[in-house]
Amino acid sequence: MNGNGNTQMIQLTYREAVREAIREALRKDDRVFLMGEDVGHYGGCFAVSKGLLQEFGPERIRDTPLSESAFVGAGIGAALGGMRPIVEIMTVNFSLLAADQILNNAATILHMSGGQFNIPLVIRMATGGGRQVAAQHSHSLEGWYAHIPGIKVLTPATLEDARGMLWTALEDPDPVLIFENSNLYNMEGQLPAEVGPVDIDRARVRRPGRDVTIITYSASLFKALDAAETLAREGIDAEVIDLRTLRPLDDETFLTSVAKTHRAVIVDEGWRSGSISAEIAARIMEGAFYELDAPVERICSVEVPMPYAKHLEQAALPQTETVITTIKRMVHF
Amino acid sequence: MNPETIIKPMNPETTPLQTIAPISREHVLHLLHQMLRIRRFEAKSAELYGAMKIRGFLHLYDGEEAVAVGVMEALRPEDTVVATYREHGHALVRGITAGAIMAEMYGKQEGCSRGRGGSMHLFDAKTRFYGGNAIVGGGLPLAVGLALADKMQGRRWVTCCFFGDGAVAEGEFHESMNLAALWRLPVLFVCENNLYAMGTALKLSQSVTDLTKKAASYAMAAEAVDGMDVLAVEAAAKKAAEAVRAGGGPYFLECRTYRFRGHSAFDTELYRTKAEVEEWKKRDPIGTFVQRLKEQGLLSEADLDELERKVAAEIKEAVDFAEAGTWEPVEDLTRFVYSERRRV
Repeated sequence: MNGNGNTQMIQLTYREAVREAIREALRKDDRVFLMGEDVGHYGGCFAVSKGLLQEFGPERIRDTPLSESAFVGAGIGAALGGMRPIVEIMTVNFSLLAADQILNNAATILHMSGGQFNIPLVIRMATGGGRQVAAQHSHSLEGWYAHIPGIKVLTPATLEDARGMLWTALEDPDPVLIFENSNLYNMEGQLPAEVGPVDIDRARVRRPGRDVTIITYSASLFKALDAAETLAREGIDAEVIDLRTLRPLDDETFLTSVAKTHRAVIVDEGWRSGSISAEIAARIMEGAFYELDAPVERICSVEVPMPYAKHLEQAALPQTETVITTIKRMVHF
Repeated sequence: MNPETIIKPMNPETTPLQTIAPISREHVLHLLHQMLRIRRFEAKSAELYGAMKIRGFLHLYDGEEAVAVGVMEALRPEDTVVATYREHGHALVRGITAGAIMAEMYGKQEGCSRGRGGSMHLFDAKTRFYGGNAIVGGGLPLAVGLALADKMQGRRWVTCCFFGDGAVAEGEFHESMNLAALWRLPVLFVCENNLYAMGTALKLSQSVTDLTKKAASYAMAAEAVDGMDVLAVEAAAKKAAEAVRAGGGPYFLECRTYRFRGHSAFDTELYRTKAEVEEWKKRDPIGTFVQRLKEQGLLSEADLDELERKVAAEIKEAVDFAEAGTWEPVEDLTRFVYSERRRV
């Protein structure tokens, strides 16, 4: 990192922002530890935890066997036992091997115990397609996890959220899943050196606008912002909302926006059927139906296992150009 | 009567005489009392299930009482218990009141899980009872984590995890064995081998039916004990728990036992013969224990009547408590999905 003493801003990547968040948590709270596959000696499969083993030692930076169910369940147990674990699952694709622990234990024990046992656990994992790693390594299942009551689902898109959401998640008494889109790890920008925790409850308006609301999250945020800039040059003023948290979903922010713009388009890297985009569209119908000047539109991944070939993969994922053409059609509805 | 005596083991092959410590009459009566509490509680549960006071699934523990009773003798109040969906007995012996368990099965808010869990999900913070897990094998990773938390915080506590022979076929069993052994975590794994994973016999589901070999392959102390002999279980569990508490890492204790009733109330028992069940009933952990105690002059008919009277009174009180319990208001339905405190 290159510090900039004059403005107290520092230049860093999304990866470094996550690493700094983990490092700060390890320093602030003895109960915090990081556990997962290749987080220690390898430095993290996306190099997020590089150097942390050397700094904090093997008790607190724990390499695990390839046993997703055991180490996620162990994270739940350790949280029940008074620790504040950060469990890293390499990617969302492998989280399916721990689905039993996440859904049947992490999400249920507070309820099944009548409120006696809460689970202050954070699970981080990479998500998303677009890197030509084909159908088993390109899932975007954060919306699918958002179906489950009892857990919280965060999708930090910005450096500020990558840096600030972790501490708030660790302070939360209940299990929190953090999805980091792997295409964002190299994204670079500036943050204040003394940046602090951020809330994990509210969506944010990342670009105010009058004519249409683009509702999105994670890496798709930047496609939406690019589309909005292009549209602005053509006289269409798009408001861009970053959901940040998929569960609990902050309806109020997007319903307020739709009441202003009267048009909504949802950009979601998940598959269309049964997706978080479907949930948002339904809530707009329920909460802002009479505000709409056009049907709600959705731009999602095409319903196909992710193909390897670059041109096919790009055709399967939501693209800036699609956002632009969709919105142009909507405003002339 | 001699206050301290050596009770002969029921099965000298699995329990050598020298492993049995001198034992007081008071203690053997206590063990018998605990087993009777479970047996009679389960009988009442079955009756109330028939009367539709208890609904959902009901998995009864008859025949396996010596396991929960013997193992719990080895645990201290600070230790942790993780159990399965067949856990009424474990909960009772661990110290959750019969009333709180019965009220839970009635679905009343006075139940130990406020009626949110039912028969399969008994929880209790006071006695460190972490469920009631109804996904076979699902409790093992939790136990590993609870033990990890103890180890990282320098506590010499034991996490005792109960599971059945069916769980041994699950990936979660093998992942958990490996992790616990790799990190030398203080877990006492208690396998209640009742020979059937629901209706599939052990020999039809395991390529190697000696389950201790599987645990031993993870470089873990592994031992099998006659699970129909409460004294043998107690002795083995005490040895195992002390090894775990001393920092020796995890320990696998297989208790060879048998379930007298069906898997659940819906089981028509097509997979085993009545003759097989009758054969095992000759080894009833309660009947044989009573016989041994009587033979050695440690138990009279009057003692037994007194124990039965105490147990009957306890169960009547539990049923009265459950009957008098109240329904949680429907307005509270969505409580306990997330914590009501915002920060930990």
